[in-house]
Amino acid sequence: MTPPAAADGAASARQAPDHDPHHSGIRGTVEAFIDRLRGGDLGSIPVVVGLVIIWAVFQALNPTFLSSTNLVNLTMQSAAVGTIAIGIVLVLLMGEIDLSVGSVSGLSSAILAVGFVQLDWPLLLVIAAALAAGAATGFVFGLLYTRFGVPSFVLTLAGLLAVLGIQLHVLGDAGSINIPFDSWIVQFGQQMFLPPLVSYALIAIVVLAYGWRLVAQARRRTDAGLAAMSTSVIAVRVAALLVILGVAAWYLNLTRGVGVMFVVFLLLATAMNLALTRTRWGRAVYAVGGSVEAARRAGIRVNRIYISVFVLCSTFAAVGGLMAAARLAGANQSSGGGDTNLNAIAAAVIGGTSLFGGRGSAFSALLGILVIMSISSGLTLLNLDSSVRYVITGAVLVLAVIIDSVSRRSRAATGRA
Amino acid sequence: MTLTTPASAERNHAPEHILSLRGITKKFGAIRALTGIDLDVHAGEVVAIVGDNGAGKSTLVKILAGVHPPDAGTINFFGTPTTLNTPTDSRDLGIATVFQDLALCDSLDVVSNLWLGRELTRGGALDEVEMEQRSWSLLRELRARLTSVRTPVASLSGGQRQTVAIARSLIGEPHVVILDEPTAALGVAQTAEVLNLIERLRERGLGVILISHNIADVLAVADRVVVLRLGRNNGNFRVADITSETIIAAITGATDNAVTRRATGGTVDPDRSERDR
Repeated sequence: MTPPAAADGAASARQAPDHDPHHSGIRGTVEAFIDRLRGGDLGSIPVVVGLVIIWAVFQALNPTFLSSTNLVNLTMQSAAVGTIAIGIVLVLLMGEIDLSVGSVSGLSSAILAVGFVQLDWPLLLVIAAALAAGAATGFVFGLLYTRFGVPSFVLTLAGLLAVLGIQLHVLGDAGSINIPFDSWIVQFGQQMFLPPLVSYALIAIVVLAYGWRLVAQARRRTDAGLAAMSTSVIAVRVAALLVILGVAAWYLNLTRGVGVMFVVFLLLATAMNLALTRTRWGRAVYAVGGSVEAARRAGIRVNRIYISVFVLCSTFAAVGGLMAAARLAGANQSSGGGDTNLNAIAAAVIGGTSLFGGRGSAFSALLGILVIMSISSGLTLLNLDSSVRYVITGAVLVLAVIIDSVSRRSRAATGRA
Repeated sequence: MTLTTPASAERNHAPEHILSLRGITKKFGAIRALTGIDLDVHAGEVVAIVGDNGAGKSTLVKILAGVHPPDAGTINFFGTPTTLNTPTDSRDLGIATVFQDLALCDSLDVVSNLWLGRELTRGGALDEVEMEQRSWSLLRELRARLTSVRTPVASLSGGQRQTVAIARSLIGEPHVVILDEPTAALGVAQTAEVLNLIERLRERGLGVILISHNIADVLAVADRVVVLRLGRNNGNFRVADITSETIIAAITGATDNAVTRRATGGTVDPDRSERDR
């Protein structure tokens, strides 16, 4: 309700229209950022802070925790469940949940093992079959949800059991199937690392693309008479990305390097982030998650969005299942069981995606899974068994949900809901 | 009906007949919600529809918005008979409806809300620059009091939210805008803001249908007042010719009751009238 825009709006039509300080120089950016934090718009801050604390604590308790070897392991462990968590981010954005992702990933592992080892199908066909099974599961959820309005919680809980049954059926009497170590898929899951030069080249390409996009966008906005990101802010952002990626790659390259499977996970997260932020579909996902009725009245085909999200979520779960089978070189009756489900959901929530819908980013899957796997890896290094790990992971999840709820309340109080 | 033409001509707008309803009837089971309603809307004209609760205002809005098709009667749009069977029919024809609950997405920013469902794209990706630029020019044209179009709608005041909802209805370049109780939940300053906005819509040559309970607002911006009572037309006045008593009389269907007395005689002291009795 500040008057300038209204008072001189008509008189000086070509004046820089955005009076909001959010885009003017580094100082303005920092101020806007602090302003946002005060308003309860925490984004990924809590998880980054949490990750730093967790790493510091475990490093103090066991000096091998932050060793390159252990971090390489950590990235490789993160890929499968992290990919599943990308799908969870999508359903959470809609204010829904998918509890069946563990079973779907287990089914996908089973299809891979049975198809590839027992039936001797070509690898590509097996992968396609596993992904199709995932997509079909999601499509069934989507149809049941949109046709009958069954709450996704119950729907996917039933799915959990049903898909687990299919997984057991696919595995048959064998129960446990090993995939040969010399097969491409196991190599991919265990032994394939980017040569250092390739990893640096990849980083260079990503950073250049990011910088080019920011510059092009700023130029176009300036030409259009809109407030644009200043050159210094762009420089800081590009430099930050370069340093983070560069240092991470350098450190991992000290030992085995950057795993190809982890790179695939990063690419999937990036692709999903672009789809969510830069396409009409992504905008529709956020709109439906924010207010279904508003989205419907705006002419968005809400049912199609729901179905597409359920299909994508289950498909990501299937991809995660393939990765898990590749990493473990096999599938068995407990593939995708145990804590897979909860870890994937916890990763999305810990990463900063709201359980209440409409708020979050595909990258929260990455941050969240790093937290979860760090805890798991750190406790394993301390020789604590899984009982303690479960309790601590559960506690961290509850903490993340509390942060989500509290920041939602303070957003509501400052009108940023 | 004859009253309307001079009203529009006075403001030098071509008195183009945009929308004309004749004999609109709607029944819900045994209840006759509307019986033989006539309504005309011209370009650059604000038509207020007033009436008591249950008079049929909302039903009429829903018929125009394509939510309920009428049981009988004709709808002419620019002189061509037409049917409004779905909300999409209505919108494609150029009738934009701003419902009372606004239907904004609180978590999205102003630009996203304005363009929701019809985003502009450039090479497959959202064209944020073009959308933001057009949002500014539209909001500036409406002289909207907004400092940023990138804040979430949740952080806006009631009047600003109403402004965004009205601006959104203009994105599709409609011929008629229907506003359902736009000032119902607003304070004095914000009401003034919205009334100014309605004037802007008229200046753009749109036909505006204003549903309101507030006689003061109606007298302030409307050119014509159509009164509904128990689902029937009960008066069609040029605002310049009437006072609030006339409208209230037509709404209540009585010339002598407490409300009209109070409106004519200034204030009625309830204590004194009790004592007199």
